[in-house]
Amino acid sequence: MITRWAVKRTDDRLGFSRTARSGLNKVFPDHWSFMIGEIALYSFLYLVLSGVFLSLFFDASTARTVYEGSYDAVRGSEVSAAFASTLELSYDVRMGLVVRQSHHWAALLFVGAILVHLCRIFFTGAFRRPRGINWAVGVTLLLLAIVNGFAGYSLPDDLLSGTGLRVANAVLLSIPVVGGWLSFLVFGGEFPAEAMIPRLYVVHILIVPALIAALITAHMVILIRQKHTHFPGPGRTDTNVVGSRLWPSYAVRSVGLLFFVVAAALTLGGLVQINPIWYWGPFEPGSATAPAQPDWYVGWLDGALRLMPPWEPVAFGYRLSSVFLPAVVLPGLTFLVLYLWPVLERLVTGDRRAHQVLQRPRERPGRVAVGVAALTFYGLLLTAFSLDIVSQYTGIAVFALVYFFRVTVLVLPLLTGAIAFVLARALRDSDAEGLLALTGSDLRRSLRRHREVPGEPSDAEDTERRPATETEHAATGPVGRDEEESEPVRVEAGPVP
Amino acid sequence: MTRRSAEAWVAAAFLGATATAVGFIAAYVVDASPQALGGLLGATCALLALGLVIWSHTLLPHGTYVEERSPVQPPEETQDALVDTMARGSGGTPALVRRTLVLAGLGLGAALVVPLRSLLLPSSEPPGEALRHSPWQPGARLMTRAGDLVRSEEVVPGTELTVFPEGELRADDATAVVIRLPDEDVRLLDEATAALAVGGIVAFSKLCTHAGCPVGLYEQTTRQLFCPCHQSVFDVLRGAEPTAGPAVRPLPQLPLGVDDAGYLVARGEFRGQVGPSFWRPA
Repeated sequence: MITRWAVKRTDDRLGFSRTARSGLNKVFPDHWSFMIGEIALYSFLYLVLSGVFLSLFFDASTARTVYEGSYDAVRGSEVSAAFASTLELSYDVRMGLVVRQSHHWAALLFVGAILVHLCRIFFTGAFRRPRGINWAVGVTLLLLAIVNGFAGYSLPDDLLSGTGLRVANAVLLSIPVVGGWLSFLVFGGEFPAEAMIPRLYVVHILIVPALIAALITAHMVILIRQKHTHFPGPGRTDTNVVGSRLWPSYAVRSVGLLFFVVAAALTLGGLVQINPIWYWGPFEPGSATAPAQPDWYVGWLDGALRLMPPWEPVAFGYRLSSVFLPAVVLPGLTFLVLYLWPVLERLVTGDRRAHQVLQRPRERPGRVAVGVAALTFYGLLLTAFSLDIVSQYTGIAVFALVYFFRVTVLVLPLLTGAIAFVLARALRDSDAEGLLALTGSDLRRSLRRHREVPGEPSDAEDTERRPATETEHAATGPVGRDEEESEPVRVEAGPVP
Repeated sequence: MTRRSAEAWVAAAFLGATATAVGFIAAYVVDASPQALGGLLGATCALLALGLVIWSHTLLPHGTYVEERSPVQPPEETQDALVDTMARGSGGTPALVRRTLVLAGLGLGAALVVPLRSLLLPSSEPPGEALRHSPWQPGARLMTRAGDLVRSEEVVPGTELTVFPEGELRADDATAVVIRLPDEDVRLLDEATAALAVGGIVAFSKLCTHAGCPVGLYEQTTRQLFCPCHQSVFDVLRGAEPTAGPAVRPLPQLPLGVDDAGYLVARGEFRGQVGPSFWRPA
């Protein structure tokens, strides 16, 4: 009764009822993998809410102050206002520690969900025309999420984050020609500068979140305009969307997911300690924590820094820092390839048509190979960032591990990529529903044809990022067939996932 | 699940959420542990979520709906019409106006970029200067973090002592490690290193030449300095040359001396570029 009255009164003035009704009837595909992006969205929502709470207590300043809070080991010491206020909001503000830790956990969840979402989009070909723009928006969101995570955990001015900022300073300095100026302009002077924390704060709570919010909006508007993709299945075509309606069943389910995300962040924040800055201690010139490890989403860069052989070439009479290749060129190339992936794949397959029906990963063995090789590569880099800890626990000399990883990080992606290629092709050409249903003859057939195809991934011997670009050529082999199979006709006959 | 039992489950979840919410409020009032606060509020959200999901799956209208996807791409005439509208009036823009407008745009762009220079705080030197020198002056006395001057006999063999120039305790680029070598090692020092040492005491910049982390660990048995960030290793006896890990350049050595009062002093600046490499003449 009240709803009807309220809707009428507002609609009289704004005239939204037609749009809103079709909005409530919007159909969402019923597949769990479509909810991963929502997890990222809801983590962001929680990050904003918990971040607002934290910002009311945090003092982003490097001014020296004497800590007088209730944490015994630091009381009476001279520390920065940022460090002191973080301790205070953790120990003296009721609920403060839970919110701070859940904020950190939600940040990990945010980046993680974006990554898994990206994998889903990648392996199912959801980035294909007409969704190239939204792919680019999504990749930018990943980049911003990583930047904001790093800026965020650098704020408390503790020894661990200070060490991270040192490395960030070295990374900026390593950029040819402009590095020195870049570092000084960013930090406001020579590291460690007073302006560092307040500037990171502006970046962390204003600039990057505003960009993220704007891009999430763009991401959703484009999504609504283009409508969802859906997996192949009976009745699912390029001209329809099959699934649940937004109102009420999907909306209620999605709000349920929102509360699950918040529940996960809060429970982890309450029960599982994260970033205990009082153990690291305050940032001090000339001090570092040992071991020193960043959050995992920048850990792959730290791993690359550790594995980089000592090499500082002299170019044009100038010295090029050994940090430049692993910490500037590698992430630069990574994101360049990510941004350009839809174009690169289009160049290889020649498929320029618009697609609304997703592919099962197996339909593109070449893409699966590239994806698995890339995941192996970055996974190994991520492992490499804790080699000193592995060494502590296993007793193997850390340098032996470094040499082993230098080779492994280049070789293993080729191997896993090739295996993924063979398995994906075996799945595609057999009736097997899943990997476990594959028979020996399926594999033998896949391997046999594997040898006939020129330029397969195991022949690729180039280094570094090459496994990715090299293996993608493998997709040129079976392209003609793939093309036919992604026609709607074949797709309709396909299994319902 | 029947409708009735589904209703019961959803209601139970919502009731549970209410109960944990009340529990959370009580825990907050009595200032309970973070574990209790986070756990109870988390449980409230989880139970609420559970209820919502069961509700959606059991009680709300289900079934597969098909929404037709009208093509996003409009007919070509519509697109052309838009482009024509956008081009309205610009066909007659005189070349002079167009070119000077581009010029003005470039001018404004440059004018907006230049003030980025203000990001460098007025109190700071520009990078070229600041990166090349540290506060060490000839005759500067060595001071520990605690603010004590260092006498040469106080440096104990086998430990590393972190020092700054007197009165510059927050100068990161001046951080140095002081190490006293046992007598049998002093003979092993190479000539250049020995020339900058005093009485078996050597001092090196503490900032790793790889990524600038403080080289915090001294392993006495091998006379090596070890960086905790990326595992670079420096050989103290050979002028802190890197022997493993990603670092390329040695840790710059600080020339040491002893003043008349018996305190350790620097005889000048570090010999070499402190900290991470940057673009500069090799």
